[in-house]
Amino acid sequence: MSADEIRHAGLNLGVTDALTHEQAESDVFGFWVFLMSDAVMFALLFATYGVMLPATVGGPTPSSEYKLLPAFLETLALLTSSFTFGMASVAMKHSASRRQLLGWMGVTFVLGIAFLGMELHDFATMFGDGAYPTRSGYLSSFFALVPLHGLHVFFGSIWIVVMMVQVLTFGLDVRVKINILRLGLFWHFLDIVWIAIFSVVYLQGLIR
Amino acid sequence: MSGPHNSRREEIRSYLTGYALALALTGAAFASVHWRSFIPATTLCIVLGLALVQMVVHFRYFLHISLRKSARDDLLLILFSTLIVTLMVSGTLVILFNLRERMM
Repeated sequence: MSADEIRHAGLNLGVTDALTHEQAESDVFGFWVFLMSDAVMFALLFATYGVMLPATVGGPTPSSEYKLLPAFLETLALLTSSFTFGMASVAMKHSASRRQLLGWMGVTFVLGIAFLGMELHDFATMFGDGAYPTRSGYLSSFFALVPLHGLHVFFGSIWIVVMMVQVLTFGLDVRVKINILRLGLFWHFLDIVWIAIFSVVYLQGLIR
Repeated sequence: MSGPHNSRREEIRSYLTGYALALALTGAAFASVHWRSFIPATTLCIVLGLALVQMVVHFRYFLHISLRKSARDDLLLILFSTLIVTLMVSGTLVILFNLRERMM
């Protein structure tokens, strides 16, 4: 068994920090189990949304509420943040300067907040149009699914700040490194859920 | 054997490849809806197909899940979750659409 072997999902530390790499295996796998159970929850909310889609009871419909450009910009923000977090993981793994690591994490945080801002603006516009959760079955399922993802992004952003503070106070010890590995998995996972949201919710609703 | 420095460049290239592929797939999906070049049913198939491909890209390049021999546990867990999700989602859709048909 060499330290270079891939032991867990996400970026592996490998030979750059064999001790942490060893310990990361079980820790990261446990977090991976949580992510998959989260995926099952999201999948069932998607199924609910699919079933509820025709239940508009004469109220707002998907094609009247969704707009292509904001959805595209939100996608770009989240996609880019996934890439910048990848760069942060690489910086951590190869012990680049702390400023570089914190810089990439900061960019990821800003993009996450930008995504949330655009999403909240969308929701506010929808509420202004009379599209609120209690209006119809379709809107209830929409507001169960999409804001739940937004809530995940919100807590992910808080987690990024917490990790930046931990890097500054504790330095890159074993615990901090494994936490950043977990945060990376979480962040990339949220991006995958968003792919399903923009395809199944936004694009499907806008196809005419 | 590749040293840590080589592997760093390789990893950055892997993230860049994933990012470029993801951007291209996202752009294609939004473009097919924006310009309405196909009939709705075809567009829907294209969008959902592109989404599936993009998910695989994200798993491969951002989460580093591959078919290699090590890290089989992660892959097995994903495949098992996919099985569960497919059963539950398709079951929900079949039963509830059937119910709607009968109620209408």
